[in-house]
Amino acid sequence: MADDKHTPPEVDRLTGIATTGHEWDGIKELNTPLPRWWLWTFYATIIWAIGYMVFYPAIPLISSHTVGLLGHTNRAAVQVELAKLETQRTIQAAGLANASFEQIKANPDLNRIALARGKAAFGDNCMGCHGAGGMGFVGYPNLADDDWIWGGKPEQIQQTILHGIRWEQSTDTRVGNMPAFGRTGMLKRDEIAESVEYVRSLAGLDVEKSANLAKGKEVFAANCASCHGDEGKGNQELGAPSLTDAIWLYGNSRAAMTEGLVNGRAGAMPSWSGRLDPVTIKALTVYVGSLGGGQ
Amino acid sequence: MTQPSAPVPYTDDDDIPLFAPTPKVYPQKVSGTYRRIKWGLLIVGMAIYYLLPFVRWDRGPNLPDQAVLVDFERRRFYFFFIELWPQEVYYFTGLLILAAIILFLMNALAGRVWCGYLCPQTVWTDLFLRVERFFEGDRRDRIKLDDAPWTADKVARKAGKHFVWLMIAWWTGGAWVLYFADAPTLVRDLATFQAPFTAYVWIGILTTTTYILAGHLREQVCLHMCPWPRIQAALTDEHALNVSYRYDRGEPRMSVKDAKRAREAEQPAGDCIDCHQCVAVCPTGVDIRQGSQLGCIQCGLCIDACDTVMTKIGRPTRLIAYDTDEAIMAREVGQTPTYKPIRARTMLYAAVIALVGGAMVYQLATRAFLGMNLIHDRTPLFVTLRDGSIRNTYTVRLINKRTESRQIALTIDGPTSVAMDVQGATPTSDWRPIVSVDPDTTREIRVLVTIPRSSLQSGTNMIRIKASDLFAGETVTIAENFFAP
Repeated sequence: MADDKHTPPEVDRLTGIATTGHEWDGIKELNTPLPRWWLWTFYATIIWAIGYMVFYPAIPLISSHTVGLLGHTNRAAVQVELAKLETQRTIQAAGLANASFEQIKANPDLNRIALARGKAAFGDNCMGCHGAGGMGFVGYPNLADDDWIWGGKPEQIQQTILHGIRWEQSTDTRVGNMPAFGRTGMLKRDEIAESVEYVRSLAGLDVEKSANLAKGKEVFAANCASCHGDEGKGNQELGAPSLTDAIWLYGNSRAAMTEGLVNGRAGAMPSWSGRLDPVTIKALTVYVGSLGGGQ
Repeated sequence: MTQPSAPVPYTDDDDIPLFAPTPKVYPQKVSGTYRRIKWGLLIVGMAIYYLLPFVRWDRGPNLPDQAVLVDFERRRFYFFFIELWPQEVYYFTGLLILAAIILFLMNALAGRVWCGYLCPQTVWTDLFLRVERFFEGDRRDRIKLDDAPWTADKVARKAGKHFVWLMIAWWTGGAWVLYFADAPTLVRDLATFQAPFTAYVWIGILTTTTYILAGHLREQVCLHMCPWPRIQAALTDEHALNVSYRYDRGEPRMSVKDAKRAREAEQPAGDCIDCHQCVAVCPTGVDIRQGSQLGCIQCGLCIDACDTVMTKIGRPTRLIAYDTDEAIMAREVGQTPTYKPIRARTMLYAAVIALVGGAMVYQLATRAFLGMNLIHDRTPLFVTLRDGSIRNTYTVRLINKRTESRQIALTIDGPTSVAMDVQGATPTSDWRPIVSVDPDTTREIRVLVTIPRSSLQSGTNMIRIKASDLFAGETVTIAENFFAP
């Protein structure tokens, strides 16, 4: 009888509202249905969900998923955006490739692009050795100071990045040789000690009172001055650093200086030509120059 | 407010309406003092809204000459002589606080003045009702028309009404977008279909909302959507002027003849003749004689309606009037009513308004047109140079809020022999580096500061960089750390 839809539902006498017919322990539920606008909104979301499943990727399968009629994937959308970015970068790269360093410096837009590209490339390729911001480590030069072993003009920096330092695979690489004076027997132990004291006196560092500076000067003139200069000012053509300034690539302790004389120094930097495109190297050059020491 | 409708016994699912059933309100035409005030405010308010975007304000070359403009592209807000940058949006916070407290003060003094006269929902609904009356006639005609079967005449009247409603709604949206771009240009672009797509979208959105809110939802917005009636009910007190039915004078209700007879017999007689005019004219369909209520927006139209009736029957006007609960209660027991606009509550609101408003005006009047930020390079913190001196590098951001290009000189103060290299600056004859900053922009430059090792202590040292406008004389000084090994 309850299933007969023509039977009028029981109406609660107190409120005048029909009951749902459900009963628990004698308590009956009044039929207060959802507002229809709410219900219709609910149905609309269901219809929307069905449409979404038809048009967009939705159902996971064993090894893939349903694709949807629109064929939309987020990966493809990213590819489109990346392609757009690449187009923009190609135009910018052409601008950089055709400009000289003077032109890049004079043009704020080119300069901005070069610095941005250079910064990104520096982080990816150079920071491992030269540190964030080019701060340098022992044996790896600081690029933000005003001391340059091989020269700080844009063309010189570019040459260094392109071909590296003591990088045998590159025929144009920069080669400078700090010989292992001690290990090869070119200098005796006491000669090394004397020249260390003499170099310290050149740089204004503390010197042993007992040191024989005249003897040290003699040794220096015979062995070191050909590269480092008579006054120890260095020579960028040969990559011979100045021994008179406050910057010491390997530190200025007696031990570090003695070690350099005994075993020589031959830090290497890879050639980036062929690994990085010319525009990126140009941008890197501008960026490295901007760190504080560019000339 | 409308009486809560008795629960409907649902017998069949198909009978269930979309919403809880609400009787349609057919406000009747009325004339009088408050109606005139409302028309006046409507005209003034709408004139401001529609015409303000066209007001020009010269700011100099390359800057918009629109008096009120929200420029999202350049991230500026222009209001006559005021120009705000994104970092200054806290002024809007101040405005919001002011708006809230002013609303509270209005409420403490004279009830829902905002709802009845100034709220856009009220103003646009008023206008839409005027249009409805033009096409479909006054209250009785409209009720009759809605009950009547569909005829050509009814279709024409309804179509005309909805067309004009949509036109007004469309203009509302059209004026809105003019606040976000150069108005004359945008009007031309809109007309020739060359305006940005977003402009059309926003016009569409506001056309829809205006048409629905002012044309169809009307009092439902006040009753069910707006939070203010709820808050207002909690904030009001017996000292606030509200549109009130003076029951001390009105009760007991009786007809004119009965009242005359009762007065002759020296029996109590009220002035209310129960003519329901106050209910007929009410835009939210409430009966003011039931006292202050959620649905009453206090527009005063029932005052006009009742005054007309009182004049006609030769009784004093203002049976319904702006009055306080306290005054009515006082009169009822034969005391002299008092109105106290100055009370702790109103004084407090006024003080907060003065405080916040004063702080904003002071801030605005003294705000700097030249700004500077200093950002110390983190890697490396410092660099040793060949001669042993120490260099720290800073990014300096100069902010020029003036509408002309400015020449900013940078000077530095710090430990002995401090030197500064400003990249991209031109040195002047006294060797101060000069940075040129374009109108209304910021410029970032790198500044290398070098100090001899001998004048530094290990760790933290202090430097001061000062930016001074060469011509206007404004200066900003910022102290920052200088690190040494």
